[in-house]
Amino acid sequence: MARRPLQEINAGSMADIAFLLLIFWLVTTTIDSDEGIKRQLPPPVPPDVDAPPVRERNVFVVLVNSNDDLLVEGEELKIGKLKDKAKEFLIANGDGLLYGDKPEDPNLPIREWVRRSEVQLQVASYESYVQNATDPDQKAAYERALADWRDKLEYFTLLKGEYKKLPGSAIISMRNDKNTSYDAYIQVQNELEAAVNELRDELSIAKFGVAFKILEDEFERSPSEDLRLKIFAVREVYPQRISEAEPLDASSVYN
Amino acid sequence: MGKFKKNKKRPDAAISTASLPDIVFMLLFFFMVATVLRTEEEMVKVVRPEASELYKIEKKHLIRYVNIGQPQDARRGTEPVIQLNDQFASPDRVREWVENERSTIIEAEQSKMWVSLKVDKETKMGIVTDVKQELRQASALKVLYSASQRDRTGS
Repeated sequence: MARRPLQEINAGSMADIAFLLLIFWLVTTTIDSDEGIKRQLPPPVPPDVDAPPVRERNVFVVLVNSNDDLLVEGEELKIGKLKDKAKEFLIANGDGLLYGDKPEDPNLPIREWVRRSEVQLQVASYESYVQNATDPDQKAAYERALADWRDKLEYFTLLKGEYKKLPGSAIISMRNDKNTSYDAYIQVQNELEAAVNELRDELSIAKFGVAFKILEDEFERSPSEDLRLKIFAVREVYPQRISEAEPLDASSVYN
Repeated sequence: MGKFKKNKKRPDAAISTASLPDIVFMLLFFFMVATVLRTEEEMVKVVRPEASELYKIEKKHLIRYVNIGQPQDARRGTEPVIQLNDQFASPDRVREWVENERSTIIEAEQSKMWVSLKVDKETKMGIVTDVKQELRQASALKVLYSASQRDRTGS
């Protein structure tokens, strides 16, 4: 019997099969992304410690009820307006730089001028403390404080002038009901964060020509003293003070 | 002259596609190796909320996940549940879980641990607050509310 010549198998469809497999893989795998809003929770408070008294003008209160409605500083507000309202609070009576000097508002905190001469005085006094300190621990503590004050002196140069500082007790406080939806909670958190970020961006662009986020990213890639001071200067003027408050039921406010 | 005529009659040689499957297979293998597979199965349904002010954590080995949402398995009901690693847990187990997870990170970086909360956007805050309180008690203070990217409002 004559043998038939060996027939070649057509491999053309092999590519199709491989493509199918590839597409199947691409569609089915979900890449885990780790993006989100970052927050620092407050450390646990011992039960017998009362919260320090706060002045009402220094707290920006956001309440969210079980229907996801907002009550901001005692007024109902739509979520779309929250960011501007929060910015108003953070700017208060002007930051001394982009927003200059504004009249004081009884509902807003009072920003105080930080004067170069005062900071210079502090630097000088800490310099002498460091020199006269005998206890090494004490000396180290003074040195840290001195470094902080020296940084502050740099801020004036970077910001090209004196600025007004938000009081340390000024915070944004958010409270929610236990039936508030998580989505509403995140939207409020996001708007508050956006308010701080926008103000920081404005300042950063005006003074350094780039957005604040870019400064931070750059610093993470290649840390340098110059970048660190720039970042700290912006943070000094616009601190991020969103409080993850104690879970007090917001429903009690409405009843 | 006759020689040239003979040449003209030959049909164009087809381009060989025999190597195409090899190329595609190589792509396939590349993707299979390069994609990091989820180490744990998601046992709850999570549709993340959208937000604009996102932060991306570069060091993935420092992140631990807490999932909260409706169970995938309908037989477990529709109430939101907490998933730690690959099992369901009640809020009071969170503290113990944090301690365990913390011990899996090298000592120098233990304080840099992040807890990523992957919470379904329809969930009520009650259960989330319970978890947050437990995290505070366990001194796991760095949290990330997992969200997907959207544009900033009004810009």
